[in-house]
Amino acid sequence: MSTVDPLTSAASSVGQLPALLIMVPLLAAPVCVLLRRELLAWVLALIASATSTVVAWQVFMHVGEHGPIRYAIGGWAAPTGIEYYIDTLNATMLLLVSGLSSIVLYFARESISGSIGQDRHYLFYAAWLLCLTGLLGIAITGDAFNVFVFLEISSLATYMLIAFGDDRRALVASFRYLVLGSVGASFILIGIGFLYAATGTLNMVDLAQRIPDAESERAVLVAFSFLTIGLMIKAAIFPLHAWLADAYHRAPIAVTAFLAGTATKVSLYVLLRFFYSIFGADYSFGTVFLNGILLPAAVCGFTVMSLVAVFQTDLRRMLAFSSVAQIGFIVAGVALATEAGLSAGIVHIINHALVKATLFMAVGCILYRVGHVHKPSLDELYRRMPFTCTAFALAGLGLIGVPLSAGFVSKFQLIDALFERELWLVVVLVLVSSLLSFAYIGRTVEIMLFRKGRAAPSATSTGVEHGHIDGINEAPLGLLLPLYAMLTIMIWVGLNGDLTLGVALDASRDLLQGMRPLGAGAGS
Amino acid sequence: MRRYPRQSHRVLQVMTRLLVPFMILFGLYVQFHGDYGPGGGFQAGVIIAAGLILYGLVFGIQRARSVCPPSWARVMMSLGVLIYAGTGAVTMLLGAHLLDYDVLAHDPLHGQHWGIFAVELGVGVTVTGVMISLFYGFSSARNSIDRKNSGLPSDVEASSTVEHPQ
Amino acid sequence: MMQSITGLYNYWAVIILMMAGLYILIARYNLIKKMIGLGVFQTSIFFLYITLGKVSGGTAPILTDTVPAGQLAAATGATAPEVVYSNPLPHVLILTAIVVGVATSAVALALAIRIYEAYGTIEDDEIRHIDLGDIDS
Repeated sequence: MSTVDPLTSAASSVGQLPALLIMVPLLAAPVCVLLRRELLAWVLALIASATSTVVAWQVFMHVGEHGPIRYAIGGWAAPTGIEYYIDTLNATMLLLVSGLSSIVLYFARESISGSIGQDRHYLFYAAWLLCLTGLLGIAITGDAFNVFVFLEISSLATYMLIAFGDDRRALVASFRYLVLGSVGASFILIGIGFLYAATGTLNMVDLAQRIPDAESERAVLVAFSFLTIGLMIKAAIFPLHAWLADAYHRAPIAVTAFLAGTATKVSLYVLLRFFYSIFGADYSFGTVFLNGILLPAAVCGFTVMSLVAVFQTDLRRMLAFSSVAQIGFIVAGVALATEAGLSAGIVHIINHALVKATLFMAVGCILYRVGHVHKPSLDELYRRMPFTCTAFALAGLGLIGVPLSAGFVSKFQLIDALFERELWLVVVLVLVSSLLSFAYIGRTVEIMLFRKGRAAPSATSTGVEHGHIDGINEAPLGLLLPLYAMLTIMIWVGLNGDLTLGVALDASRDLLQGMRPLGAGAGS
Repeated sequence: MRRYPRQSHRVLQVMTRLLVPFMILFGLYVQFHGDYGPGGGFQAGVIIAAGLILYGLVFGIQRARSVCPPSWARVMMSLGVLIYAGTGAVTMLLGAHLLDYDVLAHDPLHGQHWGIFAVELGVGVTVTGVMISLFYGFSSARNSIDRKNSGLPSDVEASSTVEHPQ
Repeated sequence: MMQSITGLYNYWAVIILMMAGLYILIARYNLIKKMIGLGVFQTSIFFLYITLGKVSGGTAPILTDTVPAGQLAAATGATAPEVVYSNPLPHVLILTAIVVGVATSAVALALAIRIYEAYGTIEDDEIRHIDLGDIDS
């Protein structure tokens, strides 16, 4: 309550930055609704998102130099009040989410101009900003219940964004996601309730301290189980991924690009935070033996889902299943509970977010010009849309994980970690899954580049006419610019793999160490 | 427009006319007493909105809309969030942490009082706006459905119960 | 045995409600019924939290001048020297969760209305049927 407690002075070197990160998009959202002008709302949303990115960058740099930041909301010191706790892992997530949002938001305006009525655009941007607020909030907060609140803010905004899809099936996809997402969030809520019952605190640092000597072992175990299931639903980990494919397929493509890069990744971050920082690696992966569930789920995930992706004809659906497979890679690394595995998981969170956002944006460009993304009928699209197809192919290489691309670093690190644990079968399956991703990306690129247009009777039955590519031009600059911005970042991250890997190693060391006790983490 | 549009529900209409001002007054009491006693923005917002919703149910949506146009409700929704977030922004501008009300007045106790007051006001305004918008949104959607599917037998009964109570 | 049923009756209520809610959510095709199931499920969690916050003999956590410290505790037979309050934190948390639940229901109902407008039905199996009949683009 008093403004001169040590926490405040410790945080004064970063000042108000952590709060600013959340406040800017939160304040901009209602102003968007009040403005009601499509252009003004977009400009405001873009400014808010960009501001968040700049702030996130400063926070990231500060954490890199001075260690974790703790910011007490309302001046109420940590165990009593809600605090924001930022270490290397969150700072990376914050930067990733806000940066992705800024680039994809620039992409969004042109992308939704045709499919959503002009009079509803301001609502779209307001929902986008609320979603951003929620995602940033999940990543920044150091309070377990606050995670739930921000999770629901972002989820509710997400349901709305998905329902903006131009197809009526978007509504059904949104409703099904709502039902599953609410169940997942409710499970997380139950888990947090049991944690509170067992320890009497909601602060993450405090929880980490008190869980080892909690009175009731069983309450902690129940909390752990509920949180596992809830987070697996939210992060779309293999057997609980049912909502993802429809939601990604039917949502406006800009929303898909944003969500694919952020929503599931932030849920994975929460999973890491709970299992490593709060319960501790020893408890999660020793006592409870979580890897017994997570590792098989991950392995099945990336094998089966890659296979499913090969047989998809719609590019959006193909990439959606590929997302589930890639989440499998992340979880496989996380489930190893070693420094190498954990850093592989974290670095793949970053890489996959960038790669998948780029791919979905490229698909968005095709969708904008061609009107559909039915894979077998995109013959020789390269001649018409060379820049888009180049971007798709380059991002595709990142997804496969060829050397010097973004995906290579993480897959190499993952295989390294698997060697360390001598899980040979998993190593083989990782390679098989990579081959499968080569199959579906390669097939698409092959069709785009080389295949001559042919009037295949099989495709006409699906209602897609051929020969339609004539008269199609390259996507407008409003789409290409953000696409190439994202592609550049992706390639840069791929070429400087040691940088992201260094960040991920820092983050995983932090995680394995557990959260620092009160006061000790407040860097000067 | 007639003072009492339907003859058959005279009792309801008279009672509603009597009740609505008191509901709104009670809502305001719950709102402004909320910082020291039980109450607050959520409850107050719902009570005030309930007043208008009752009015709309008895007198028809059209009259409710003329009393409180949907655009007002939308403005209220955003305005409330702005008041809430703005309070946080003001405390930050005054050099304290987000939502640290101590700095809002000379005396920390008064500061806390003012801060909670402002935040609850924001909550109240938003909740009122949201509730009214929901009511308008759902009632108009239902009418459009009924018009669309007027051939369906199951919906004949449901139609127009909102707009014209028998 | 009897103790574990009667003594913990609110937890049993929570479990029954939770399972009933989940069952409705899974077994019913009607979207509105699904929402009712979700509502029951969420309400059971509210009960769970409220139960956690209850301190036996505790009163509402409002500072009062009229009840001197100790008097109420003596009346309820507690040994604590001050007024025993129930833990207010779970109540506050659940107030937030209730609002979240209301918001979820509102979004879900709005979606259900839009689905009804688009499909003419809110039965999940019929919607699936219509979608399968549609040609996938």
